[in-house]
Amino acid sequence: MSPAPLLSARDLRVGFATEGGLLQAVDGVSFDLAAGEVLAIVGESGSGKSVTAQTILGLTRSPNARIEGSVRLGGEELLDASEAVLRKVRGERIGMVFQDPMTSFNPVYRLGAQIVEAIRAHRGDVSKAEARGRAVELLDSVGIPDAERRVDDYPHEFSGGMRQRAMIAMALALEPEVLIADEPTTALDVTIQAQVLRLLERLNRERGVATILITHDLGVVAEVADRVLVMYAGRVVEEGTLDEIFYDPQHPYTWGLLGSLTRLDRPRPKRLPQISGAPPSLLSLPRGCSFRPRCPHEFAKCTEQPALEARLADAPSHCDRCWLGPEAKRAKRQVGGQIGLEAPA
Amino acid sequence: MASGEPLVEVTDLVKHFPIKKGLLINREVDQMRAVDGVSFDVPRGQTLGLVGESGSGKSTVCRAMLQLLAPTSGSVRFEGQEIAGLSRRQMRPLRRQMQMIFQDPQASLNPRKRIGQIVGDPLKLQGLASGRELRTQVQELLERVGLSPEHYDRYPHEFSGGQRQRIGIARAIALKPKLVVADEPVSALDVSIQAQIVNLLDDLQDELGLTYVFVAHDIGVVRHISDRVAVMHNGKIVEEGTADQVCEHPRDDYTKKLLAAVPIPDPRESRARRERAGASG
Repeated sequence: MSPAPLLSARDLRVGFATEGGLLQAVDGVSFDLAAGEVLAIVGESGSGKSVTAQTILGLTRSPNARIEGSVRLGGEELLDASEAVLRKVRGERIGMVFQDPMTSFNPVYRLGAQIVEAIRAHRGDVSKAEARGRAVELLDSVGIPDAERRVDDYPHEFSGGMRQRAMIAMALALEPEVLIADEPTTALDVTIQAQVLRLLERLNRERGVATILITHDLGVVAEVADRVLVMYAGRVVEEGTLDEIFYDPQHPYTWGLLGSLTRLDRPRPKRLPQISGAPPSLLSLPRGCSFRPRCPHEFAKCTEQPALEARLADAPSHCDRCWLGPEAKRAKRQVGGQIGLEAPA
Repeated sequence: MASGEPLVEVTDLVKHFPIKKGLLINREVDQMRAVDGVSFDVPRGQTLGLVGESGSGKSTVCRAMLQLLAPTSGSVRFEGQEIAGLSRRQMRPLRRQMQMIFQDPQASLNPRKRIGQIVGDPLKLQGLASGRELRTQVQELLERVGLSPEHYDRYPHEFSGGQRQRIGIARAIALKPKLVVADEPVSALDVSIQAQIVNLLDDLQDELGLTYVFVAHDIGVVRHISDRVAVMHNGKIVEEGTADQVCEHPRDDYTKKLLAAVPIPDPRESRARRERAGASG
């Protein structure tokens, strides 16, 4: 067996009490993150991917939240940890990068000052001058040109891509073991996105930072991830290595996601393959498989909830929640010579 | 392919915004050249895709083309008629022939109006329908974009992002326009919904003979829906050609850079490309 994982979630459940009833945003999510690994969590809005990440850091705690299960960082339980413990975990052991760096920085303080503050809040023995030197080094390491001078800029003086790199620099200031990046490139232009992805990849390779990358973009996943969790309506519907998910996907939702991508490296199809319908409301999930109402391959068994388990003899770590047999899946996912979700004619 | 004159001919379109400085005497110190001499034709029944990164000027081109912003200079001919510089009053009879679909259906639908009113207002304002007739027409429009006639009395907040974009599309086609300008119509939507909206736009084009100008930063989507593609950079069109030409055999350096930055959703291809890039630089 591989060594003990750095971060592991077991049967994580996060619900929120709303006027319409209990909204189960995350429903039994489990995963392991090994040192140096990049785990991608893929899903659409409402799939529970961001709530999962925020719960790891204790950011979803509220009187309305019902949080169950276990999240362990190096053996230490985080779900019932005190705020004092979590404050040390955040930044020091788990760094966080959000989608919109404009809202993550305080607009009225200089960028460098914010990084210095982050460092000194955790390391009281580091002098201001030392921390400033460290901030310059960090900005330089994420590719901010002329970091010595730019460290005294305000957030609005940075472009979107530079702000996102500064955000990554701040997340790495205390050399955390884990980096959680929630849609880190979604707000960026493609050329800037490519730079930020290269940066994340380099940090992972050079410093061995284990990364959870949350995204809806399978193109981004293909560029950086080692392993992938596909989430739908609060549950993991498929989990596997990067190649397993892209070349031998087992869940019809994954087929649909892969099929609906526009590919520049292939001739364009007449019609863009689509997934019909819309994700279900988390307040009134269908019985059984939650993808059932959108799935053209639904059959009687699907009204029972399938477990997330390995269903292929030769791939013990490739798990999915679909009742179809492996042979049926292989046949049904072929649409016009490619993987896709065929709508019945 | 298309016969006769293009629906829209844009020639040397320029839109500069003044950059002002000073407190009491607000001097113009420079100009922001948002659109800096852009020319293109949009053939009837076809789709012109405009791609570019934020700040490239693609949205400003659309607005100046539709006279929602007064162009600084240049010519925009719609069915042969010069419309640049026309007054609001002069534009009004032409408005029904050119409609726009916006990126954020949340922000472009009035939250206090019912769907029926949102979609029906253009018909009412142009005096094309009223009373029962209006209701029937709006319900037909809702069905045509994949919504249900029962949605007539609902409010925008009761709909998902994809459904709201369908409402925006219904409103845009209500007046049977000739030209529809869609500014990032799918960028705010979830991936599984994007394809539905793109296919809907495709179907409507076939049924109604619409001409589209489709603006997006996602080259994959633009290539799929467009006949011709123009790539914008710093207020200029740096390359224009058929969708496949531009995407498969780009000539301009910026186009090449843009295409190379698009992630390939295929791990093997993506690894191979990174190795090539690593080897060459």
